[in-house]
Amino acid sequence: MDEVFAAFEQAVREARLVALATVLAGPQVGARLLLWPDGAKLGTLGDPNLDIAVAVHAAYLLPTLHSERVTFATAQGPVDVFITIEMPPPRLVIIGAVHIAAALVTFGKTLGYNTVVIDPRSAFATPARFGHADRLIAGWPDAVLPALGIDEATCIVILSHDEKIDDPALRYACRSPARYIGALGSRRTHAARVERLLGAGLTDEEVARIHAPIGLNIGARRPEEIALAIMAEIVATRNLK
Amino acid sequence: MALATLVKIYGSAPQPVGARMAVSSAGEMAGSVSGGCVEGAVVQEALAVLAGAPPHLVTYGIADELAQSVGLACGGVIDVFVEAI
Repeated sequence: MDEVFAAFEQAVREARLVALATVLAGPQVGARLLLWPDGAKLGTLGDPNLDIAVAVHAAYLLPTLHSERVTFATAQGPVDVFITIEMPPPRLVIIGAVHIAAALVTFGKTLGYNTVVIDPRSAFATPARFGHADRLIAGWPDAVLPALGIDEATCIVILSHDEKIDDPALRYACRSPARYIGALGSRRTHAARVERLLGAGLTDEEVARIHAPIGLNIGARRPEEIALAIMAEIVATRNLK
Repeated sequence: MALATLVKIYGSAPQPVGARMAVSSAGEMAGSVSGGCVEGAVVQEALAVLAGAPPHLVTYGIADELAQSVGLACGGVIDVFVEAI
């Protein structure tokens, strides 16, 4: 394995965001250039000017998280390059170690999410029920969430149905960069929750980020079906649908 | 080990651009670049690369002369880049 691909593999293992450019055809076929978001690079595509053009395009692609095949004009003619954007695995943070949460962890794992379940009630947050989660934390959301480093690749699902647990989690989530925030509860429950959150000082825009009632409308009844509806809504959000 | 990467989709395809599949010299595979339609053919390309052939692009789809054996049920066309790592 060459030095550039070895560095790429290490970045993937460390769950870092990186771009790997590979020449697809021509004399330099297979040449690789690894690019980090801070502008650092390793390797070459065989032409310093092409390396610069590819670095500029990768800087544009990195925030979009989408890989792309691009043809670059060079002094030697057009060169076909594939730029892979490798992103950290998305994360699913679930507040409330309830029955829906157990099924949601299963769907999340299947779709490649790193799953974290948080509940201060140690009777709920037991390894016997959540052995399949990547992390199980018996603690209060407002104490736990800041240490998790909530980012744009994180989805937060609020399921405890207990406002002492849900409200602090929502107050934190609505001011975080999380990609998706959903909260379990009927329209009536949510309307009362919105009043409490506004009363606590959140803005209309912050509160409007909450998906509630949670999940796509597939007529879900059983906990597993509700988990499926929630996961489908998360996928739709991620795919900008 | 060889790596096959889905680099371009024309029409519809069951995996997004960037999907990858690894192939060992024993022909074992992990991952997928289609819905199972072309993986068998990709393994052959990967084994050729592992035997010393240069990295190369392969196009699969309804216009391909191998359409009968490795065409895509979705009617799309895909480009797959195969390289040794």
